[in-house]
Amino acid sequence: MNNQPDRQSDSSVACPSGRAIIQQIKQAGIRYIVSVPDIVTSDGLLWPIAKDPDFELIRVCKEDEGVSICAAMSYTSTRALLLMQQTGLMDSLNAVRAMGMDYQLPVCMMVGLQGKEPHLKPAQSRANGVRIIEPILDVMGLSHRLIETPDSVNTIAADINRAYRASSPFCFLVGRSPI
Amino acid sequence: MMKRDQALKILGSRVSDQIVVAVFQTCFDWMGMYPRDLNYVATGAMGQASSHGLGLALASPEKMVWILDGDGSLLMNLGSLVTIGEAAPANFHHFVFANRTYEVNGEHPTPGKDKVDYSGIALASGYRHARCFSDLVELENNLDSFLETPGPGLAVMHIEAGEPWPRDYEYIHSAAARDRFRKAISQN
Repeated sequence: MNNQPDRQSDSSVACPSGRAIIQQIKQAGIRYIVSVPDIVTSDGLLWPIAKDPDFELIRVCKEDEGVSICAAMSYTSTRALLLMQQTGLMDSLNAVRAMGMDYQLPVCMMVGLQGKEPHLKPAQSRANGVRIIEPILDVMGLSHRLIETPDSVNTIAADINRAYRASSPFCFLVGRSPI
Repeated sequence: MMKRDQALKILGSRVSDQIVVAVFQTCFDWMGMYPRDLNYVATGAMGQASSHGLGLALASPEKMVWILDGDGSLLMNLGSLVTIGEAAPANFHHFVFANRTYEVNGEHPTPGKDKVDYSGIALASGYRHARCFSDLVELENNLDSFLETPGPGLAVMHIEAGEPWPRDYEYIHSAAARDRFRKAISQN
């Protein structure tokens, strides 16, 4: 978590719909959401999910717990999504490396890019902690997709389905706060 | 103080169709003594056994889940006790094999080795029950009661190394081990 009050709101860019993202998550058969709160996705995703009876929300103390929970659940084909901030992803890289890459388990993650400028791509960000995320995932060989525009949410269910079919991890990077 | 292999024999006398998540030397000894399909050995990263166990317990509420953790391992993931206390799965039985050292990493002492009260931390974190076992007779006489009490429950097993089984890292990280468990859990 990061206490910086950066809501990444910018009226000049279009933001993804939180409702549409949640619909895609449901469409993919996700029942368990595992999360450490993240300011990018708090209002648009985590609070609505917390109030939605279609989901079971597991609040974890640290993000690597969530990697293991999602990995373990996958053995019974129980689908889960780990919702966190990129700082939590960075803190969990050894667990992601082990469970996602070495063991090839379908750990699906949705990661808010806290500090990313809404009008810039992650690679162009002034924030080092944002700029390095995609290259790190690329080095790990971990598939990822940027969720930033209204249209970019449309393949979330397909990406999750593909991850579970292939038994491989997937990471969504949320570049603008869902509304 | 109990020899680990002797303590494991007492647990093994009660094992049937439980999922057993184990780590490090306890895992190697358990695998050697009880090579079962429902042994979950691929925890991947140190400290994560309790979190794997939580995922398994929530996804398979009809199965009993035993976690054979280590004290050094649990120290890496103490927050998981709070997460587990909050989720409160009744089928979650957490054994912490406390030898006060990082046994497979050079036998260096764990921080707070003679001070940390894991059962106290578990209770304060929301576990329904917790206790310690220091000798084999006490374990034999009280294990059934511990296992019959709805979880999450935690038992600190005060142990020292017993007869060690080979450290088969290749197997615990193998696709074969994961496939074996996956097939077993899908059939049970």
